[in-house]
Amino acid sequence: MKIKILVFTVFYLISFYNILYGANPEKVDQISKNLRCLICQGQSVYDSQSDFALSMKILIQNKIDEGKNDKQIYDFLKSKYGEWIVYDPEITKNTFLLWLLPLILFVFGAILIIRKVSIK
Amino acid sequence: MVKNIKLITVVSLVIVSFFILLKGLNKTNNYSPDLNSSKIDFNFKAKFLYSNEETTLYELINDKDFSIINIWASWCLPCRDEHSFLLNLKSLDKLNIIGINYKDNEINAKKFIKELGNPYSKIVVDPSGVNSIELGAYGVPETLLIHNKTKTILKKYIGPLDDEKLAELKMIIKNEN
Repeated sequence: MKIKILVFTVFYLISFYNILYGANPEKVDQISKNLRCLICQGQSVYDSQSDFALSMKILIQNKIDEGKNDKQIYDFLKSKYGEWIVYDPEITKNTFLLWLLPLILFVFGAILIIRKVSIK
Repeated sequence: MVKNIKLITVVSLVIVSFFILLKGLNKTNNYSPDLNSSKIDFNFKAKFLYSNEETTLYELINDKDFSIINIWASWCLPCRDEHSFLLNLKSLDKLNIIGINYKDNEINAKKFIKELGNPYSKIVVDPSGVNSIELGAYGVPETLLIHNKTKTILKKYIGPLDDEKLAELKMIIKNEN
């Protein structure tokens, strides 16, 4: 039992240490993870090593150095490449189902459970 | 009754998903950009290929009615193919052709021009690819037709020019004023 507690404590301390002092992801990485690499399908700009993605990362770094915040950078890229470049689609008539379907399914599931329980 | 409802739900779900997937089959999964929405920042700075001076896009496109911005590189094979079409366009009076040399080695770029001819009135270099991104470009080759007065993009071609695109470009230039 004592060994278990000891192992657990050590594990806990290590993960704590990692959270506090582990590699802090760079701002460029954070932003590029949310961008779709337009010429390499199914990859983010962060993952890709294509010329397009490499240039994009330099551009993002330049914008950060200029003092632009995240939203300004996303808006800039959206104005160049359209909504498609960000992985976070806005709610429009084309995407409302995407946003609402999980909610609808959740409510539907809740109703099913409540009915099951009240029948019993 | 309950069994019936279950059956109907399952069958209708299958049918609906079948049609959604069927529709998706015919849809191309290549993204094509919305041309009219992309705006150009004419203030971007770039250096010339043949001198060390810096210029802005605004200065580059000032003189004639239309400008073509062509993004190219010596390492890009399709650029070689489309070069004859650019040389063909050079004969148009109303048109000013600007080359952006994308992520290229200076010596190779100059060799490329020497070998195949120079359709461009001015060539600027983009060693990091950042300027091309600011134009909303995807890669090489890419061609934009710009109306100089209104500063709007009339046409954008991703990929090399061909006979069809050349004819279309000439049509636009002939019809617009």
